[in-house]
Amino acid sequence: MTASSFKGLWIALFFVLLATLPLWISDGYYVNIASQILIWAVAAMGLNLIVGYAGLVSLGHAALFAISGYAVGIAMSAGFGHLAAALLGIGISILTAAIFGALSLRSTGIGFLMITLAIGQILWGIAYRWVSLTNGDNGVSISSRPAPFGFNIEDATPFYIFTLMIFALALASTALLVFSPLGAAIRGIRDEPRRMDALGYNVWLTRFSVFVMSGFWTSIAGLLFLYYNGFVSPQVLTVQSSAEILLMVLSGGSATLFGPLVGSTIIVLMKNVASSFVERWSLVLGLIFVLIIIFIPEGIVPGLVSSGRKAVQLYKRRRPPASTGADL
Amino acid sequence: MWFILTVNSITLGGLLFLLSAGFSLIFGLMRIPNLTHGSFFMLGGYLGVTYLNCGMNFWVAALLAALTMAVIGGLVERLLLRPLAGNAMQQVLLTLGLSFIIADLSLTIWTGDPVRVPTPGGLEGTADFLSLHFPIYRLAVVGIAVTIAVGLWLLIDKTRLGAMIRAGVDDAPMARVVGIPVSALFSLVFALGAALAGFAGLIGGPYLSIYPGLDSEMLPLALIVVILGGINSLLGALVGSIIIGFLFNFGQVLFPNLAYMILFLPMLIVLLFRPQGLFGRNA
Amino acid sequence: MTKMLSRRAFLQGSALAGAAISADLSFAPAIAQTGAIRIGLLTIKSGPLAQAGLQVDQGLTAFLKEKASTINGRKVDIIVADTGGTPAGARSKAQELVEREKVDLILGPVTATEMLAISDYIRRARIPIITLGGAEDLTQRHLNPWLIRTCPSSAQTCHPMADFSAKELGFKRMATISDDFAFGHEQVGGFLRVFEDNGGKIVRKLWPPLITPDYTPYIAQIQNVDGVFMGFTGSNPVKFMRAYSELGVKKDIPLVGGWTTGDDALLKSLGDEALGVQTASIYTASLPNDSNKRFVAAVLKDYENLPGAYAAWAYVTLLCLEAALKTTGGDVSDKQVLIDALRGVSLQDSPCGNFHFDKYGNIVGDVFIRRIDRKDGKLVNTIVKTYPNVSQFWTYPEDQFLAQPVYSRDFPPAKNLEN
Repeated sequence: MTASSFKGLWIALFFVLLATLPLWISDGYYVNIASQILIWAVAAMGLNLIVGYAGLVSLGHAALFAISGYAVGIAMSAGFGHLAAALLGIGISILTAAIFGALSLRSTGIGFLMITLAIGQILWGIAYRWVSLTNGDNGVSISSRPAPFGFNIEDATPFYIFTLMIFALALASTALLVFSPLGAAIRGIRDEPRRMDALGYNVWLTRFSVFVMSGFWTSIAGLLFLYYNGFVSPQVLTVQSSAEILLMVLSGGSATLFGPLVGSTIIVLMKNVASSFVERWSLVLGLIFVLIIIFIPEGIVPGLVSSGRKAVQLYKRRRPPASTGADL
Repeated sequence: MWFILTVNSITLGGLLFLLSAGFSLIFGLMRIPNLTHGSFFMLGGYLGVTYLNCGMNFWVAALLAALTMAVIGGLVERLLLRPLAGNAMQQVLLTLGLSFIIADLSLTIWTGDPVRVPTPGGLEGTADFLSLHFPIYRLAVVGIAVTIAVGLWLLIDKTRLGAMIRAGVDDAPMARVVGIPVSALFSLVFALGAALAGFAGLIGGPYLSIYPGLDSEMLPLALIVVILGGINSLLGALVGSIIIGFLFNFGQVLFPNLAYMILFLPMLIVLLFRPQGLFGRNA
Repeated sequence: MTKMLSRRAFLQGSALAGAAISADLSFAPAIAQTGAIRIGLLTIKSGPLAQAGLQVDQGLTAFLKEKASTINGRKVDIIVADTGGTPAGARSKAQELVEREKVDLILGPVTATEMLAISDYIRRARIPIITLGGAEDLTQRHLNPWLIRTCPSSAQTCHPMADFSAKELGFKRMATISDDFAFGHEQVGGFLRVFEDNGGKIVRKLWPPLITPDYTPYIAQIQNVDGVFMGFTGSNPVKFMRAYSELGVKKDIPLVGGWTTGDDALLKSLGDEALGVQTASIYTASLPNDSNKRFVAAVLKDYENLPGAYAAWAYVTLLCLEAALKTTGGDVSDKQVLIDALRGVSLQDSPCGNFHFDKYGNIVGDVFIRRIDRKDGKLVNTIVKTYPNVSQFWTYPEDQFLAQPVYSRDFPPAKNLEN
C-alpha cells in the first residue's frame, strides 16, 4: 500500500466516523457541539488560506464571518425568502472580501495585520452604531432555518449532516486549491515574494484571489452560524472573535488541511464543554496555547504528523543494525 | 471648551506614549508583535495597587511594579519567546495565550471590581488658569512621558549599551562575532518594554482605574500609536501619541457619529497611503 | 455521573474564605418531588463582565448558607454554566442546562443581549426563567410568558429619578450621558420622558461608546445645565465620576444616575468624587429591614464588601422560589404551575422591601433615591426618598405605554436639544 493511498484510507475512515457521529453520540447537545466545531472549522479553514498558505496574518476575519449573517438576516426581515437571502448574503460577502482584500494588500506583514484590524473594528463600529440597519447591540435574528432541497434541518442531527457536507466541500476545495498551481504559487509567494515576482508571477493578484477565497469560506461559516443560532450580533465582529479564529488556525497548525479543524475542536470544546467542569477554563485555554508553543510550536497537526513519522522510523529501527564498531 | 480639549489632547497623548513606549521598543527593536502588552499594562497596575496597599509611596510602588514586570518580561522572553526566533505567527499564538492566562489570573486574584488608584500626594488638585480647571496630575503625566521619551532616546542613541542593542538589531550574527551578547541584550530590551508597560499601568491608574478588560482596551491603542507614529521611531511614538490625543478629543466632539471609528479610520487612511507610518523609514 | 456533577457543585467553586458550609449538596438525581431542585445558573465567570457573575454568586451563597441549601424541605442544586457573556455562549449553555442537565428552572442570564438571544429557545423549551437582564420589551412588547424578572426593567428606576430631579431637586435643564448601547438608550429614554413630562428640558444627549478610555471630551461639552443624568454600567461610572469631579464640573453641576451608577458594590471603588451623587435603585444596602440587615451582614462577613444589586436580586430570586414552592407544595415538575406560582409571589420582608410581579412578569417594588455619603470613613448610600410600588410603566396607563415604541436612542424624541 502506498503512502498516499494509506493517507486516503485514513481520510475516508475519518469522514465515515464524522458522518456517523450522530449514531454513536445520541445526545443532541453533543451533536450540536459537533456542528459548532465544524462551523468554526470552516471559518478557520477560510482564514488559514490567507494566514497559512499566503503567510499574511489577518485580525479582521470576524467581520467577514459576520457580514453574511447580517446580510441574510437583514434581507429576511425585508421579506426575502431563504434562497434569495442566502444568495444575496454570499454576494455581499464576496464583494466585501474583495474590497477588504484590495485595501489590506496595500501592505504586508504588520501593515497588513493593522489594516485588517482597522477594517474589522470599523465594521464592528458600524454594526453597533447603525442601529436602524443592524439593530445595534441586540443583533439580527431569523425565525427559522432554511430547508435546502426540501430537507428540514431544524433538529440537531439533520443540521449536523448539512454542516458536515459544507465542511467536506470546504475541505475539498481547500485541498484542490493547495494542490493546484495556484496553491504552489501562493506558497512560493509566501516564502520568496521577490523571487516569484522576478519569475513573472503577479504577486498581488495571486494574494488577492486567495484573500477573496478565504473571505468566501469564512463568510459561508458565518451563514451557518446564523442558521445554527438564529441570530448574529456585534459581539461576533470583535477583535476577540477574530483572535479566536486565528488561534484556531495557529494552534491546529497553519498551512495544513486538518489543522483548522483541530484548532476549532480545542477552542469550542474548552468554551462549551470544559467550561462546565473547569471554572477557570480561560486560563486553561491560555495554558494550552503556551504548551503548544513550547512543545509543538508548528501546531498540533504538524506535531502529530512528525511524531507519527518518528514512531514509524523507531519501529523500522527495532531490527538491530549491522555492527559498525562505532559504539565501542 | 476648545482650550480644555487641547490641553487634554496633550495629556492623553502623554499617557498613550507611556502605554506604547514599551510596545514600540519591543516591536521596533525586536520585531516581536507583543500582544501581551495590554496584559503587562494591566498587571503592572494591579501589582502597583497591591504595593500601594502595603503602604508604599506611589512612585516607589510604580517603580517596584516596573521591576516586577521586568522580571516577568525577562523570563517570558528568555524561556518562551527566544526559541521562536522570528516566527511571527508563533509569537502571536504565544503572546495571545499569555494574555488569556494573565487576564484570568488577575480576575481570580483581584476580582472583577474596578480598583481605584488614589492620586499621589502633592499632585492632587487642579490647576486654575485662563478659564481652565485641569487636574494637576494629568499635567504631570505629560512631564513623565517626556522624561521617559528623552531617557529612552538617550539610552538607545547615545549610550554604549544602546549602540550594542542597535548593532544586535541590525546584524545579529556580526554583532555576536564582535562579542556583543545579543541574546542577553534582547532579553533586556523585552524586560525594559514590559517594565515600561507595568509602570504605565500604575501611572495611568488615577486616570483610568484598573479593571478586567483594561488589557484588551489598551492594546489596540498601543498598536495605533506605534503604527501612526512609525515603527522604528521613539520620537514618532511620542508625536503619534499626541496626534492620537488630538484625534480622540476633537474627533469625539466634532464627529460624535464616528465615535467608534475615530481612531481606526485615520489609522486606516494613513496605512493605505504610507504603510510604514508617519515617521517610519521604509521597511 | 455523580463525579461530574460534584465538580460543578456551586459552592465548591466559589471562593469562600474558610467559611464552613453547612449545606450538604447531595446529588441525587431529580426524581419526582423528593429529589433536589435543579436550578440552572447562566452566569459569567470570565472576562470583563465577570463581576456581575461574582456578585450573583454572593447573593446565592448567602441564601443557601442561611437556609442550609434547602427550600421547603427539598435540597437545592445549582448547576453553574459560564456563558462567557456572549449571546452564542448563552444559547449553547441554555441548551446544555435544559437538555443535558434537565434543570427545573433557569436563573440568569446576566445581560440583556444574552436573554434576547435565548428568548425563543426558552419559549420552545417551556421552562421558567428568572432573568437579570433589563431589556424593556422582554416584559412589554415581546412578552415571554416563561420569564419573570426580579431586576427592574432598564427605565424602571429612571422614571422616579426623573420625577425626583424635576420636583425635588428643581432641575429645569439637564444633560444626559450614557453608554451607547441598548441598556443605556432605554435608561435615558425613560428619564427623558418623565423629566420632560414634568416641565423639564433635556438640552444635550451624549453617547460615549461602551469602551471609552477618557471621558474628558464629553465632560467638556457639559455646560449651562442644572444637572446631569448618567447611565453608565460596569466600571465606567468609576472612570466617569473621577474625571467629572477632577475637571471641576461636579461642584457646579450635580450628578444623578440610574441603578448601575451608584450600586452599593461599586462604592468601594469610588472616592470623594462620588460624594453627593444621587441614584435610584430597587435595592439599597442601607434599607433597614430585618431581612436586609441579615443579608448585608452575611455578605460583609464572607466577602468584606457590601452586596450590590446583582447579589440582592439573586438572593431575592431564591426567596421567590421558596414562596412559590409553598404554593405548589414543593412540586416543580409542572412548569406551567411553577411559573404561575412564581408570578404570583408577593413578599414583604425581603432585602428589597415589598415587591410583587405585574402580569407581564416584571418586578413591582419600592424605588429608593439614595445619596452617596461618607459615614465612619466609608462610602454609603443614604436613602433620601422612597417611591413605593413602582412598576415598569411608572404612572402611565399600560396600553398607552405599550402602544408607543420601545425606548431607544431616538425615542422619545428629544425636542429641546440645543447646540
